[in-house]
Amino acid sequence: MANVVSTFRTTESYRVFTRLLKRKTVAFGLAVLVFFILVAALAPLVAPYDPAKLSIANRLSAPGSTWFFGTDEFGRDVLSRTIYGARLSLLVGFAVVVLAAAIGIVMGLLAGFFQSLDTPIARLIDAMMAFPDILLAIALVAALGPSTTTVIVALSIVYAPRLARVVRASTLVIRELPYIEAARALGISTPHILIRHVARNLMSPVLVQGTFLFAQAMLAEAGLSFLGVGVSPEIPTWGTMIASGRQYVGQADWITFFPGVALVLAVLSLQLVGDGLRDFLDPRLRKDL
Amino acid sequence: MIRYIFSRIVGMIVVMFLVATIVFVILRATPGDPAAVMLGPEATPEDIASLRERLGLDRPLVVQYGYFLGQLMRGDLGQSIFLNQSVGSALLERAEPTFFLTLFSILIASAIALPIGIYSAYRRGSVFDQTASTIALLAASVPSFWLALVLMQIFAVRFGIFPVSGYGGPGASFGERLHHLMLPAITLGIVSSALIMRFTRASMLDVLGDDFIRTARAKGLIERKVVLKHALKNALIPILTVIGLTTAVLISGAVVTETVFGLPGVGNLVVSAVLRRDYPMIQGTLLVIAGLYVLINFAIDMLYLLVDPRVRY
Repeated sequence: MANVVSTFRTTESYRVFTRLLKRKTVAFGLAVLVFFILVAALAPLVAPYDPAKLSIANRLSAPGSTWFFGTDEFGRDVLSRTIYGARLSLLVGFAVVVLAAAIGIVMGLLAGFFQSLDTPIARLIDAMMAFPDILLAIALVAALGPSTTTVIVALSIVYAPRLARVVRASTLVIRELPYIEAARALGISTPHILIRHVARNLMSPVLVQGTFLFAQAMLAEAGLSFLGVGVSPEIPTWGTMIASGRQYVGQADWITFFPGVALVLAVLSLQLVGDGLRDFLDPRLRKDL
Repeated sequence: MIRYIFSRIVGMIVVMFLVATIVFVILRATPGDPAAVMLGPEATPEDIASLRERLGLDRPLVVQYGYFLGQLMRGDLGQSIFLNQSVGSALLERAEPTFFLTLFSILIASAIALPIGIYSAYRRGSVFDQTASTIALLAASVPSFWLALVLMQIFAVRFGIFPVSGYGGPGASFGERLHHLMLPAITLGIVSSALIMRFTRASMLDVLGDDFIRTARAKGLIERKVVLKHALKNALIPILTVIGLTTAVLISGAVVTETVFGLPGVGNLVVSAVLRRDYPMIQGTLLVIAGLYVLINFAIDMLYLLVDPRVRY
């Protein structure tokens, strides 16, 4: 174990990590993010009540010592629901980034590396990006039927072209570098060059873009659930909670307020981390760190 | 230059063709029979068969696609299933609130973002700059529908300055309708000001470091003129681009905001179409909005020619 720790300490990732943490905003963003991940993972342990437990006698109770965040229209504890809401909100965001990255990297690599494929894929990316994200996502959900999986698939299709564009741009640059020519001269196969020598060097822009997309996906999921075309209203996510509390604005604002604050904090933390990563990985901005 | 404009128009047509194809594919990706899905579980087999025939769903996919493209060429977006009117006229009827909402939102966003962005760049690293950057980041992290609810609670419910929702009813005067639009426009304006502010700041920072700014200062020009005339003029291209793109993105923001405020606009129309599975309506709205986005992008490129004499294609 000690050996593993000491090995990690000498790696490039560790150096990047410690330098990133020196920046207060990044440290704050990471701390908030880790907090949300822990809360989501440990939801059954940290939530004071069962998030689905109805208690009509206590409906719309204001925040106080019994219910820190108050109760909703069915007497369910808003704090417990906000804690459980973190699970699906984070999970959807993460799943979207992974799936969108998988599609986007393949599209971008093919377009950037093979000239014959560039025009058709680039045009397809242009056309996909002509749709506003929420609108394309609700059309896809409408076609495929609303469910958590559909939301993930729809948002991945919406965001994949954005990643593809970044990957394509970087691949176009990498393709012309001497070491790729050297790899070709050595007789290394094209798939091998693509995976081992091109894709590996794309990880920085993908990581930065992926962090921002994570934030976007969380906002979009909440938007879809709010509109009633996303995750089922019975499942607590920050979006469904805000949607259900909507009728009680002015009467029981806590129902919408707390999940909203949680969402803003989670999105903000991702943006801060993304900003930090971008500045760090962009050599022109690195001196600021 | 004419060659450039011509090639851009051809590119635009290709993208629009792809957009139409994507829309066609999405709505044909429905698992099962789209006609049955649209009419719901209570529909009789006769109803389903008649809708299939009406929408041409009983014909082979290639024929459907050809027919769909042919209709589009004639500017026909089809018939709504639930509204008993054509998709085109339904969209036109609801265009006004969405148009004014987008217009006011972009005006409010620019009014907030431009002065703050310019001053932040001018006072780079100051407390003002740092505060503004933090607020911009926060604004970019706030979901518009949540901000809408918070503002609604404060300005409509508590202080009663703005109406809570709606568009003033059928006989409302123009002034009354605008009054109903203010809170939604402020909401969208705040959310979209973040991006414009960041771009304005970055673009101004780039220009303020240039030699000609030093020259302008050296010849004794007052700071206001240096910043607002010399620097801003040269920083305009990225700013205009982001304002244009934000306008296009705002149409998407309008979808959610209109629903919150109960505005009878295009956004509300598309959401109710999705909930009722009115496929021709969803199809038509997607096409029109994506088309607008492509046109706005084209217009921004053309605007460069007017704003910056250095741009010659």
